[in-house]
Amino acid sequence: MSTATGEGTLLTYRDALRQALADEMERDERVILLGEDVGRYGGAYAVSRGLLERFGEHRVIDTPMSEALIVGAALGAAVVGGCPIAEIMYMDFATLVMDQLVNQAAKMHYMFGGQLDAPLVVRVQQGTGRGAGSQHSQSLESWFTHVPGLKVVAPSTPGDAKGLLKASIRDRDPVLFIEHKQLYARKGSDPGPDHLVPLAKADVKRSGSDVTIVVWSNMVHTALEAAESLAAQGVDAEIIDLRTLAPLDMATVFGSVRRTGRLLVAHEAVATGGLGAEITARVASELYSQLRAPVKRLATPDVVLPANTALERELVPNAEDVAAAAAALVRS
Amino acid sequence: MSVSNPRIGEEQTGLVSDLYRGMLRIRRAEERILELLLKNRLSSTMCHVSIGQEAVPVGVCDVLGDDDYITSTHRGHGHFLARGGSMTALMAELMGRNAGACRGRGSSMHLVDASIGHLGSNAIVGGHIPIATGAALWSSLRDEPRVVASFFGDGATSEGIFHESVNFAAVRRLPIVFVVENNHWAMSLPWSRSTAQPSFEARADGYGIAGMDVDGQDVQAVRSAAQEAVKRARRGDGPTLLGLATYRFLGHSRADPSAYRDKDEEERWRSRDPLLLTRTQLENQGIGEGWFDAVESDIAAEIDKACRLAQESPPASIEEVFSDIYASPVGGAE
Repeated sequence: MSTATGEGTLLTYRDALRQALADEMERDERVILLGEDVGRYGGAYAVSRGLLERFGEHRVIDTPMSEALIVGAALGAAVVGGCPIAEIMYMDFATLVMDQLVNQAAKMHYMFGGQLDAPLVVRVQQGTGRGAGSQHSQSLESWFTHVPGLKVVAPSTPGDAKGLLKASIRDRDPVLFIEHKQLYARKGSDPGPDHLVPLAKADVKRSGSDVTIVVWSNMVHTALEAAESLAAQGVDAEIIDLRTLAPLDMATVFGSVRRTGRLLVAHEAVATGGLGAEITARVASELYSQLRAPVKRLATPDVVLPANTALERELVPNAEDVAAAAAALVRS
Repeated sequence: MSVSNPRIGEEQTGLVSDLYRGMLRIRRAEERILELLLKNRLSSTMCHVSIGQEAVPVGVCDVLGDDDYITSTHRGHGHFLARGGSMTALMAELMGRNAGACRGRGSSMHLVDASIGHLGSNAIVGGHIPIATGAALWSSLRDEPRVVASFFGDGATSEGIFHESVNFAAVRRLPIVFVVENNHWAMSLPWSRSTAQPSFEARADGYGIAGMDVDGQDVQAVRSAAQEAVKRARRGDGPTLLGLATYRFLGHSRADPSAYRDKDEEERWRSRDPLLLTRTQLENQGIGEGWFDAVESDIAAEIDKACRLAQESPPASIEEVFSDIYASPVGGAE
């Protein structure tokens, strides 16, 4: 078990990601970075700042505004021996790279009988919080969890961001690495340079006995805040940070729900077809007899997100919403 | 001995006879594949043959080096064989056997052989063009002398990813040849309704790269043009958009009787069958019936043997169907 903050030097999520990139580029010369504005500009969210100067233009490649090409070229380089990291500036632009991710990268190893590997990482950020509007704020992770062959990662803390990005770069499969625009400035403890977080392993961010709350990315912090107010009401919540969304670590979720008998899944993505549907369905069918309350999802309602921070705040589940939903399960 | 075609001299006969043999091998393999398809002996119903287009893969692959790469299309049997893929791996793949190129998972549209630089044939039109571009990017970043030849049809040149890929390769002067196998029909849409600029030389000019418009039925013309393009790529002078005019003699797939095509047009192209053209050249060089018969029987024996070995190979089994979804094992999942 780890905690959201801890001993040691503090570093931001942004710096943690940058350190992971730099460490891995230092460790393995096959690791390259490509995308829009990743070099001279340093990345739209400043994650890759300084890497062009440090590693040169053979390792940090500014591309034209051609998202499908960015991911496709990263895939091609991966197939012939590279370990590329492609950056797509906003998750919303992932719609432009669907063929390369879904039909190409995800299928490469299996479809060709194991002859080819696709060890690429596609870094992307998503989510609300900046009033970025209908085309820059969506949380689309569930689309990609629906595709066997892809791995999907969504870290919530600087330590996990660092350890998971390093593990993703070393992984031999295509990994969609989802950052959150509200998290870049968030601080947490520095796990040190050798910290690796295994993929497909959830993390219990807070232990509790009354209700299991499954979250990922920025919603982890919302849930931890909710757990404080639940504690004040005498409700002991367990917070599971999935960290990897595909493949899912259902063993950790099942283990927790077996003890608590109650499950709440909260996410920033809209409700219909969201990952909460999958997790609640699996728990409902596997652990039906052990549940003490109906499984529950809490999500942004099915709405087109407006470019308006005040409206965003009304729509996305906050700590009060999470606490109320969890408390209702315990009292049901 | 009469020499009616001045483009072929005695010293070239060996080369041309090799090219002829390569094209015939593809033609006869695909004829056999169609027979097997009609007898329901293939593992999939999806099968696109390239009969009529054989000069393209044979002419291009002949000038590639062992370390070079190709990417291919849903109509890719010819690319696979011309690049040096095994006839047994092809037949076994089509029959869904373990000995197949993809262990019986890929079938006709997904052939591969990493050991000879075949990076896969692709069933999404244009979907592999950026992958080929990425392989060329890696060659360029590593300063390796490898060239990539990416085969795709005229239909793919209407996809956005074609533009993104050619533009990127042009900007970075990547060692790649974009081989447009222009068979003039994107399924039922004629080339004249796909583009207002049919010249690839002119299109290439718009990207600031070299382009050529070449007779894709003349295997020597294809080979010469490809040689020029590959040399350009290898010496660091960037990509070429190589337009090769050809024709698929049959429908898009088995289900397609190509009712949308003019029969006179089909006849005109059939009279320019790359096998006929090359055979005539060889006959004019004095190559006799006996040689052609021997080539036919060699190829028939190779195909017979491949089909036999394919049938002897165990079918892809359901027990293995979940293996290789990931290359790196995952822990903690349930």
